[in-house]
Formats: sequence, structure tokens, C-alpha cells
Amino acid sequence: MLLDSLFNGVAIGSVLLVAALGLAIVFGLMGVINLAHGELMMLGAYTTYVTQLIFKLPLLKPYYNAYVIVSIFFAFIVSGVVGILLEKTVIRKLYGSPLETLLATWGVSLILQQFVRSVPLAYGTGLVISLIIGLFLPSVFSSKVKESINFKYVKFSSWIFAALAGVLSGNLISSSVSKLSRASARNVDVTAPAWMRGQVEILGTNFPKTRLMIIIITLISVIAITLFLNQSAWGMRIRAVTQNREMSDCLGISTEKVDVLTFGIGSGLAGVAGVAVSLLGSVGPNVGGNYIVGCFMVVVLGGVGNLLGTIFASFGIGIMTDLIGAGRLLSIWPDMPLPLSNTINFFATTSMARVMIFALIVIFLQFKPTGLFPQKGRMVES
Amino acid sequence: MEFKNLKLSKKTTFVIWVIIIAFIIAAPSILPVFRLNLLGRYLSLAIVALGVDLIWGFTGLLSLGQGIFFALGGYCAAMYLQITSSSEFPNNIPEFFGLYGVDNLPFFWEPFRSSIFSLFAIWVIPALVAGILGFLVFRNRIKGVYFSILTQAALLVFFNFFNGQQKLINGTNGLKTDVTQLFGQMVGSESIQRMFFWITALLVIAAWFFSKWVVKGRFGNILIGIRDDEPRVRFTGYNPVLFKTIIFSIAGGLAGISGALYTVQSGIVSPQFMTVPFSIEMVIWVAVGGRGTLLGAILGAVLINYAKSLVSEALPASWMFIQGGLFILVVTALPEGVLGWLQGEGPRNLLQKLGLKRKIETYPSLEIKNETEGLKNE
Repeated sequence: MLLDSLFNGVAIGSVLLVAALGLAIVFGLMGVINLAHGELMMLGAYTTYVTQLIFKLPLLKPYYNAYVIVSIFFAFIVSGVVGILLEKTVIRKLYGSPLETLLATWGVSLILQQFVRSVPLAYGTGLVISLIIGLFLPSVFSSKVKESINFKYVKFSSWIFAALAGVLSGNLISSSVSKLSRASARNVDVTAPAWMRGQVEILGTNFPKTRLMIIIITLISVIAITLFLNQSAWGMRIRAVTQNREMSDCLGISTEKVDVLTFGIGSGLAGVAGVAVSLLGSVGPNVGGNYIVGCFMVVVLGGVGNLLGTIFASFGIGIMTDLIGAGRLLSIWPDMPLPLSNTINFFATTSMARVMIFALIVIFLQFKPTGLFPQKGRMVES
Repeated sequence: MEFKNLKLSKKTTFVIWVIIIAFIIAAPSILPVFRLNLLGRYLSLAIVALGVDLIWGFTGLLSLGQGIFFALGGYCAAMYLQITSSSEFPNNIPEFFGLYGVDNLPFFWEPFRSSIFSLFAIWVIPALVAGILGFLVFRNRIKGVYFSILTQAALLVFFNFFNGQQKLINGTNGLKTDVTQLFGQMVGSESIQRMFFWITALLVIAAWFFSKWVVKGRFGNILIGIRDDEPRVRFTGYNPVLFKTIIFSIAGGLAGISGALYTVQSGIVSPQFMTVPFSIEMVIWVAVGGRGTLLGAILGAVLINYAKSLVSEALPASWMFIQGGLFILVVTALPEGVLGWLQGEGPRNLLQKLGLKRKIETYPSLEIKNETEGLKNE
């Protein structure tokens, strides 16, 4: 009973965590509010759907069972690339003015939502492929080529190549997978492969496998991102820029590259979260919007710029949601006084649990305005 | 971001006002009833935009939760109309209660039988809620994007609450007003709608004068001070919490009035008023019109909504693209909004780029202003 409740809470919390992880990195390290984060998740979820359909083609049919694993990588790349494009075109101009960034990213989220509604997914895939090629092809050349004056022609021609590749792959996909060749605003469904359906019995309790899979995805993401930030050279640079941008710049760290990288990774993690979300229910243009406010709550509650806080906050919110939303307190303590049990019953729905949790968060912030694990510093103003 | 306080010149203000008043007077005779009704709705949205301009343009608080207060005002108006025209239904309570088997009126409906109470409730309740919410947040010096996120979360909470409570306020279906009675006539009828149009137009002008009065003088100066450098205001001995709470609750009250007017003209209030996109849209009306210029808020609200209805009639799918583009364009290219651009050096810069105007060699304000005129102002 208790184990069941705990598992449900952890399952809800891990979806929140994997969704909030990218947001926490971007918000915590760069101070950027990305309202398009939910839509980057949506792109990840749609990537899962497209990957699934492509793996149903005769050529790839034998590997169908592995499509979820593959789609995690694809989703990371797709969302990451769209995030990098977003950073390079819009967000870069708005550093230091977070409210403006917030509005601009909302605009981006509207465009992305309408994009998946009115562009056939096959051509959307083609566009993403050409973006990937266009953004990354110039960087494979040796530094000798990069420093020459003619590099802009190299860049130009690689974009042309990218456009061609995009159109070709778009056409190829749309001719081979008929479901992707028409635009539709309707929700689509991702079906888990056979090995992920059903339940596992641990300690006498049944756990759905998809939920376990999501917990595993979350765990891997958290470990990977912690290792990256703490062990790799680029992780160190990211942390340095977070702590003191001017000084890092003076010491020769390219803050521009760090910004792109941070934003790309944060967006990529949103894509991974999208895969997790697609396993839970149907995928539609609005799928990201359901999670975005919860993610922000996690980040605010956990304290900005702190992964540990994010982890605690998301599991805390997850477990509380389950406790309140399913009215579990009532079943643990059946003969509580009537007014109390009436109150608990009143809040025992998913939407009312949200109401309660928000109230609790506001009360909590009255005592600790900077969240669970605040950043220590001597600044008057944050 | 550097943001100078924009002041429209007297001439521009006068011209804009002449256009607005002429349009309002002419509108009922030239526009068909459907369009007139739409215009009335958009004018009522201008009032909530004025509130957003007060808190965002002048005080620097970006609230993404104005929909809460907008909907609260709408619900107050709808509850009054529903309850006063419920005499023919069983138990003397609004019809929808019968669907859920509710026989007794929930206690908070009772005061709405009084029209005087309801007239006050429309703006006092949203203002109170805004004041309490604002005080709790500002007290902890939560500001900037944190404030925006918290208001958005609060919006979602209110949405969930209103959406889930069928037995109290008809949940997701909302409360209908167009079939209720007012002064013995259907609220949806043409004569009453015409009356609401006039009331809305008058209230927009009244709200504009009120907002202008609020931002004038020392109170307004402190608001602008909070926007530009809050610690400095605090160190000078003012308490920003008080000022922020007051202005936030004023904006809440304006939103409530706006919501009530919008509700009676659109015929229904529902939790849809509290969705996240709608509240962010309010911000973009102000941003496009020009933040810090109260007129800009009115113009932005009316014009964008009109454009929205025209575009979505013609090409339903394209409005989201246009709106998204508008958000990006306004913050990157036109941070001062259309009115701010017109008033600042925008047109001159454009003419220069086109080669129609001489380049300025010294500091712009020295050359644009006549030097003797500048001395006179000193």
C-alpha cells in the first residue's frame, strides 16, 4: 500500500524531473526563461512517433523493439538543434532582459505548435534534418579551412546541401510512410513495443513497465548531466560562466559557445522528456503546455541553479500530488474526524491536488523565498 | 533593458483622441450589430490592457495571471445576472444547479441578489484577491521572472478550481448571461447590447483618465522608480511592497471591470477566461501598442483583437503564426511598441535608412529640438 503510493509518487515525480531538468539548466545557468520548453518536449514526443513509424518500414522492421531507445537519441538531437537555432536567432539578442525573453519564447512556442498542426510531419522531419546538416556541417572542416576567407562560401554551400538533403528526405519519408504525408491537428498515439507493455512484480506489488522505463530514463539523464557538468571540460566551462561571466570571458572561455551549448543541452533534455511523455498518453500540439507550469514550480521550489534542489522538489511534488490527488491519507487513516476527511475528499482529484500543491508552495516560499537549496552569494539583487 | 519613460506629445495625443472618439460615436451607425458587439468586447479588453500597462509598463511587474481577475469580474457579473433572473426555475436558483442535484444555493451566491453589492463586487473582489496574492509575493521580494511564473501558476490553480467545481459555479460549462434578464429585457438583445457598448466606451475613457491620474505625480514616480531600480527606491526610504501591492490590486480591479463588461457582451463566462494563452495575449497587446504609454495599451488591445478576428475568419491557421511572430518581433525589433516607436526616433531612423532624411551628426535631441525651444523649457 505504502510502497504503491511511493512508487506512484516517484513515477509522477520522475516525469516532472526529466521535464524540469533541461529547464533548470537553462534557467539556472543562463537566467533564461524558456516558455517554449514545453514545445521542445512536444517535438521530442513527435520524434518518438515519427521514429516509431519509420521503424515499421520493412527494412527496419526486425529492429522495431529498439525504437524507443533510438528515439531517445533522435529526440535529444531534434530538440537540441531546434533549441540551438532558437538561441542563435532570438534569445541571444535578449540576454539580460528575462521578461522580454519570456515573451519571445512564448511567441516561438505558438509558432512551433501551429507548425506541427499545419506542416506534414514528413516535411517537418526533412526541415529538421536540413537544420542539423546546416548547423553542423561547417564545423567538421579543419581549422585551416575555417580560418580562410572563403569559409563563408563553404558555409553557404553546406546550407544548400542541407536544404537539398532536407527536401529529399522529406519526400522520401512522405512517400514511404503515408501517415506522415498529411498535416493533421489530431493527437497521435505512440504504442510501446511488446517488451515494455505489462507489469513487473516487485515485493508483491505490480509496477507498470512504462513507468519503470520513465524512471530509468530520468535516472540516466540525471546521472549523465551531473557527470557532464562536473567531470568534462565543457561542463567546467559552463559552471565557470554561470558563476562569473565576465571573468570567464577574460580567461578565454568562449561564452558564446557556452551559451549555445547550454541551451542546446537544456533543449535536448526537453526532447528526452518528450519521449517519456509520449509513453504516457497521446501526443498532440498542446502536450507540452500541460507540463510547463509544473516544471517551473519545480525549479522555483528547488532553488535556481541547483540540480539537487530540482531533484528533491520534483519528487516532493510528485509524492504530494499522489498523496493528495488520490486521497491516500484517507485510506491510511480511515477513521479520521469528519471535517478533516471532507476536506481531503474535496481535494482528492488531480486538478484539486494541483490547487492544494500550489497553495503549499506559496506558503513554503513565505518561509524560504529562494527555494529549498538557495544559491549562496553576497549580491543585493539577484 | 534600458527603457526611457515615454511621453506622447500633446499634438499626437489630441489627434489620437479625436480619432478614437469620432470612431466610437460613428461606430454604432456604420458597423453592423455583429461587428459592433465585437468592437464593444475589444474595448472592454482595453481596460484590462490598461491595468497590464500600469503594472508592467510603469512598475515593471510582468503578470501572466491577469486572467484570474478578469474572470473573477466576469463571474461576479454572471452570478448577479443568473440569480436575479432565476425566479421561474425550481427552488429559485439558477437552472444549471438542477443538473447536479443541488437544491440549496451555495452560500457565496446569496449576496449577489443585491445589485449594489454586485456592482461593487465586480471590481472589489478581483482587487482584493490581487492585493492578497500580490502582498504574499512581494513581501518576500519575489520579483522579475519569478513573479511572472508564480502568477502563471496561480492562474492555472484558479483555472483548475473553477473548471472542477460543477456544483458551485457550473465548472467547465461556465455561466451564461445572454439569456438572462436585465431591466426586464434579455441581456443578449440588441438594445441592451447597444447600451453595454456605450457603457464600455465611457468606462474605457474613465479608466484611461484614472490610470493617467495614478501614474501622475509622486505615486507614479515611485512606480517608475521601482521599475528602473527597486533597491534604490528601498534605500531611499520607501517601501516598494506597499506600492507594488496597491498598483497590482488596482490592475486587478481594472481587470475585473473589464471581465464583467466582456462577459455581458460575449454572453458567457467560463474557465476559458483563465487559460494561460489568453493572459499572455494581454501582455502582447500592451507590448505592441507601446508599454508605458497608456493610449498604446488601448490601441493595442482593440487593433490586435480586431486583426485577430479578421485574420482568423479568412485564414484560421495563420493567426498563430502571426501572433507568434508578433511576440518575437515586438521584443526584438520594437521594444517600445508602435506608439513608442512613432514618438521616439523610429520614423526618423527609417527615413534616414531610406535616404530621405539627412543624417544627424551630433546628439539627436540637440538637432531635432530647436535650440531656443530647448532653452525655453529649461
